[in-house]
Amino acid sequence: MAEQKSSGGHLAAVRTPEDIAGQRRFEAIIADDSRIEPRDWMPEAYRKSLTRQMSQHAHSEIIGMQPEANWITRAPSLKRKAILMAKVQDEAGHGLYLYSATETLGTDRDTLNNQLLTGRAKYSSIFNYPARTWADMGAIGWLVDGAAIANQVPLCRASYGPYGRAMVRICKEESFHQRQGFEILLELSRGTEAQRKMAQDAINRFYAPALMMFGPSDQDSPNSQQSMAWNIKRFSNDDLRQRFVGMIVEQVKVLGLSLPDPDLRYDEESGQWLHMDLDWDEFKRVVSGGGPCNSQRLARRREAHEDGAWVREAAAAFARKQQNEKNQHDQKAEVA
Amino acid sequence: MSSAVIGQDSQNHQSNQPSQGAQKPPTSAGWPLWEVFVRSSRGLSHVHAGSLHAPDAEMAVRNARDLYTRRNEGVSLWVVRSTDITTSDPDAKDMMFESPQGKDYRHATYYKESEGVKHL
Amino acid sequence: MSGTSTGQLPDHSLDSFGDAAASATRVTPGNALRPEDIALQQTAPADDAVARYALHLGDDALILAQRLSHWISRGPELEEDVALGNIALDQLGHARSFLSYAGKAWGQTEDDLAYFREEEDFTSLHLVEQPNGDFAETMVRGLFMALYQHQLYTRLVHSADETIAAISAKALKEVDYHLEHAELWTLRLGRGTEESAHRMRRALDKLWPYTAELFQDEPLHDELEGVAVRPSTLRAEWDEQLLDILDRSELAVPEVPAALCWGRRGEHSEHLGYILAEMQVLARKHPGATW
Repeated sequence: MAEQKSSGGHLAAVRTPEDIAGQRRFEAIIADDSRIEPRDWMPEAYRKSLTRQMSQHAHSEIIGMQPEANWITRAPSLKRKAILMAKVQDEAGHGLYLYSATETLGTDRDTLNNQLLTGRAKYSSIFNYPARTWADMGAIGWLVDGAAIANQVPLCRASYGPYGRAMVRICKEESFHQRQGFEILLELSRGTEAQRKMAQDAINRFYAPALMMFGPSDQDSPNSQQSMAWNIKRFSNDDLRQRFVGMIVEQVKVLGLSLPDPDLRYDEESGQWLHMDLDWDEFKRVVSGGGPCNSQRLARRREAHEDGAWVREAAAAFARKQQNEKNQHDQKAEVA
Repeated sequence: MSSAVIGQDSQNHQSNQPSQGAQKPPTSAGWPLWEVFVRSSRGLSHVHAGSLHAPDAEMAVRNARDLYTRRNEGVSLWVVRSTDITTSDPDAKDMMFESPQGKDYRHATYYKESEGVKHL
Repeated sequence: MSGTSTGQLPDHSLDSFGDAAASATRVTPGNALRPEDIALQQTAPADDAVARYALHLGDDALILAQRLSHWISRGPELEEDVALGNIALDQLGHARSFLSYAGKAWGQTEDDLAYFREEEDFTSLHLVEQPNGDFAETMVRGLFMALYQHQLYTRLVHSADETIAAISAKALKEVDYHLEHAELWTLRLGRGTEESAHRMRRALDKLWPYTAELFQDEPLHDELEGVAVRPSTLRAEWDEQLLDILDRSELAVPEVPAALCWGRRGEHSEHLGYILAEMQVLARKHPGATW
């Protein structure tokens, strides 16, 4: 069976004829800019790299629910409450789309979840910052989802089929996420002095972490090159960051607010947006557990998982009982 | 040798069969994986949308409704246990799918002589 | 999907992905009755009594939505986060429609009513105010309410008040699903494991006392013949359906006395104060602001 062949392939240290043929087919598919599907032969490094990237992405969606869920019960109007609830719920959905796409690579959700709960897996560091005010709902939607979308649109063409398909669905749904965030800020910017201040403060806090969502500069990002060669990534971290800065520079004018970046300017010569130096030391600290909310976010996830254990077990037990009853019924029918 | 069961369209061949997932990992209550197919409107086929976990078929349909049709994507749903899907062998792609290649006489466009003849 | 990768940066259009995958991701907003439509419509409740009745319906849905929304990101499984989110969103939608309609009688918006009324002006039932507890409690509360709202809206579809009838027709289809959701879980938890059955029995004990209030007639109902449903008339069928579900779930109605509750008159459980403190805090900090 094909499955045994391919899974045997990545365990064997010696390259079998199947591996050599598989490698050749894999390379041809990539060269053709076509798509790799779950049961195709793929290099172990490709499988690993994708599993890491996709599961990190899924974890980010799931942990990313928390800062916004923090404001659902306090949303200042019923319309905003409905929008925010739908958005946070979408994020659970996106996490699920991505987990299921990751499962096609052979790692099941329990394993992935376990990696998250035990702190072995990473997720987007921005969610380790607190959502302090209502304006943060705006800044998260506009800047954080904006950066995420800029990252994700090219991923719709990722060489791994299930990943690309999940991203198409996610990108379609997220188009409302960024807009609702922008409109929250727009409404605040037209509001009272206190509301305006709240909006500017949120932008001030989320601007730099949002730029850092694109990852370290290309020369410091060892995985980037390989990922691009495999047609998983289509653009470099810096290119995407550049493009994003170019977009928000214009958008912030509509808000009548400002980006907290004294060095921000467009350099005609290089055709590059120059922004302030980002604090990559802080980034590393937050990614490796030292952000303001890392501990809280994981604890909340763990609690939900542990509190839910008896529910999951009960449903599984019920399913087994039903199956047993059905089997007995079938047997009786057979005998009769 | 496996055979194609769920159609020849390669779109449908995304069986999410987690090879290790079939056994029960420690933290799992054993909710299996289900593939979800959505009919977007009457007259169209069900198309694979993705997968999800559910304890049984009934809950899988409910979860599919909540997860894959939040924006009116569908009017009907199918769920299938992922492990119940048999797919064609991707390594045997040539054997499986080479035959129709080049048989252009199966297509109307092959018949040039009759071009221009009405109602044909 | 055979787009080539050039050095060009992506545009934000997804048109190039409109292939086979699209038919499973095609989205539309649909064309159902929305809270915004109610807010925009000219028709106001015929009199104060109709408006107060709409407020009853809206307050129950609002407080239940507020409670349920807390589950998002805390569910027993991610799939269930999404399911509970859908139910909370439905309830919030019903609340917004009923409050928008009620407010027309007094020149107030849904937000005026939700954020700037005092606790004693709320008319919610004690049952919806009860804490979420564990998943069993949320499911038992959900089952009680879904059965109740299902029967109520089934009757209100024929209300002499056209707006209440229209909102109820939309709500009924959604509550139909809430009922099924609650029923499926009641079956699974009741017959699942010893622990889940124990938790369900405990939840039934805890919440049963608040069910009597669901069926209490108020003087208001006397004024609304043909518009409102007299709650006491829902009891028999509610009991019958509940017994059937509990029976199939190997559970039973607990023998605990009914609690004296007058939520409709503004006498609430101790929980409502906290619910409102949280819900209203931001809006009240910025009176007159828009969001």
